[in-house]
Amino acid sequence: MSEQPLKALELNAKFEASGGGLLDRRLFLKQGLIFTAATWGGVSSQTARAEVERESWAKQPGKPFSNYGLPSDYEKKVIRWIMANDDAPGNGVSWTPLHELEGIVTPNGLHFERHHNGVPAIDPERHRLLVHGLVKRPLTFSVSDLLQYPMQSRLCFIECGGNSNAGWRREPIQTQVGYFHGMASCSEWTGVPLSVVLQEVGIKGRAKWIIAEGGDASMMNISLPLDKAFDDCLLALYQNGERLRPENGYPLRLLVPGWEGVLNVKWLRRLHLAAKPVMARNETAKYTELLPSGKARQFSFVMEPKSLITHPSFGHRLDRHGLYSISGLAWSGHGIIAKVEVSADGGKSWAEAELQEPVLPQCFTRFRLPWRWQGQDVVLKSRAFDETGAVQPERSELIAKRGRHGYFHYNAIVSWAITEAGEISHVYL
Amino acid sequence: MSIFKSLLCFSLGSANMVVAEELIGPGLGLQTPPAMLTQWNRDVFPDGTGLPLGRGTAREGEAVYRANCIGCHGPEGRGGSAEELAGAEHSLTGDPPDKTIGTYWPYATTIFDFTRRSMPLPNPGSLTDDQVYAVTAYLLFLNLIIEHDDEMNARSLPAVVMPNRKGFIDSYRQADR
Ligand code: HEC
Repeated sequence: MSEQPLKALELNAKFEASGGGLLDRRLFLKQGLIFTAATWGGVSSQTARAEVERESWAKQPGKPFSNYGLPSDYEKKVIRWIMANDDAPGNGVSWTPLHELEGIVTPNGLHFERHHNGVPAIDPERHRLLVHGLVKRPLTFSVSDLLQYPMQSRLCFIECGGNSNAGWRREPIQTQVGYFHGMASCSEWTGVPLSVVLQEVGIKGRAKWIIAEGGDASMMNISLPLDKAFDDCLLALYQNGERLRPENGYPLRLLVPGWEGVLNVKWLRRLHLAAKPVMARNETAKYTELLPSGKARQFSFVMEPKSLITHPSFGHRLDRHGLYSISGLAWSGHGIIAKVEVSADGGKSWAEAELQEPVLPQCFTRFRLPWRWQGQDVVLKSRAFDETGAVQPERSELIAKRGRHGYFHYNAIVSWAITEAGEISHVYL
Repeated sequence: MSIFKSLLCFSLGSANMVVAEELIGPGLGLQTPPAMLTQWNRDVFPDGTGLPLGRGTAREGEAVYRANCIGCHGPEGRGGSAEELAGAEHSLTGDPPDKTIGTYWPYATTIFDFTRRSMPLPNPGSLTDDQVYAVTAYLLFLNLIIEHDDEMNARSLPAVVMPNRKGFIDSYRQADR
């Protein structure tokens, strides 16, 4: 290998953070150029290939301007994978390719989708939001009305309650991170605080729940506790600076930070204030978790802390020995991610990862950690801790608590085994 | 944008000042005509609130099911490409558990609410209220919960006691306490 053995030894002794080659998280940050250069093996023994002095694209004018930009032709493989029902192509999901993305923001065209009966082509001029039930004044709002209300923006993840459900299977699924955990995405959402509209209609004392309904062909309805509605919910109109995409609820969706995706009702057209939940299909037959006792957890709204290493992960291959930057995502519906730990020896020892700013509540948090791989067999894993003290569990702990048939709310630690040849597979440990 | 904010200032002692801000809107909501309220509100609650006039039996619902549902949900509610609705072979503690309307759903009113709003998938909203009552009765009959000729209407449907009525633990309110 191209490394200078002496430097490698020095480095390991000085910066080793835990077993399996994990290095101090501050290595990249604090040590500056000298050590960074050293860790990459100093000067590579190979020389850069002599390229032509001017590539073809540098010898002629490029393409003209575009009204709406698209990714490079060389990035065509970065897409959502679609899993739909043959008899009902509008019923299914598409996944965010988390293994292809960096940072914390999901591009709008790659936000995951879950539709029950297709994406409606809603004319915003004709769309209305009706707020009624246990209110003093049942009121109707047009989209152009709502656009004149005071708004707030926040970065926030949305995660489907059924995300990562392949983890319940007996055998570890061998697929890219995005097609296992990519029913989670993170955007900057901008909209009118729901509390503003609730104040305008005037809540009657007996109201404890809001039944939200979408205006698509499935007209999905679901019950949301009123205290959450007042706390931090938004009537979202914008996503990452532009108006919502049709598949994300254009022209109006509910944003329920940190709670199951299904509550973030898209194409929102009605809010019904009620004393009790409506007991809709999606809060009884679905989005409830059967326990080994035969009883099921209902209204288990909060998405518990989760983390996963996105780089390296299944589908990548380590083709050299030396220094790598492990990178991953962590999030918790309870609030802020307090800490992420990474293990390179299957969980025997752990090192604390660097959390990249901004670290925000109910938001994707990017973590990174330098790691030296010298061709050894390793198992990489990460675990998240949030500000409330909630910890991402080992898979065995989760199954001991919930059994294997809950389907929803799978948040166990994810393990990647790396062979001497640099091949990566998903394992249960 | 101070017109959007009502500022509440509390003076605490001599030096401390706490400012609570509450956003308020421009008040553009329009009064809603009662006809629109009844037309738009299709929520059906477990106590029957929201159920429309109308009626139907399983005998009548079988025809509705054959014409509108069988293609995806299969004969007698099983064996199709879409969710199994009836005919569970084992219980909720089986491996794997068998979740159907009969073994899992806690309220019969949910069948009416969901079918009327979301089904049949290719043309939702196309059934009359009588047809929705009838196909609801048929699904209850297939799950051995009511008889072939029992009439389902706004009074009888909420009175149906589902086998798994007590099968749920409210984890939200539990966590609250
Ligand atoms: C084109 C196929 C199709 C047809 C026709 C159809 N359904 Fe469905 N049905 C589905 C699909 C797909 C789902 C799952 C929907 C989802 O994921 O939200 C479903 C879900 C359901 C459910 C909820 C099941 C559960 O366990 O959550 C019920 C009840 C139901 N359908 C009843 C009916 C009835 C009654 C009819 C006829 C009036 C009907 N369906 C016609 C495809 C169909």
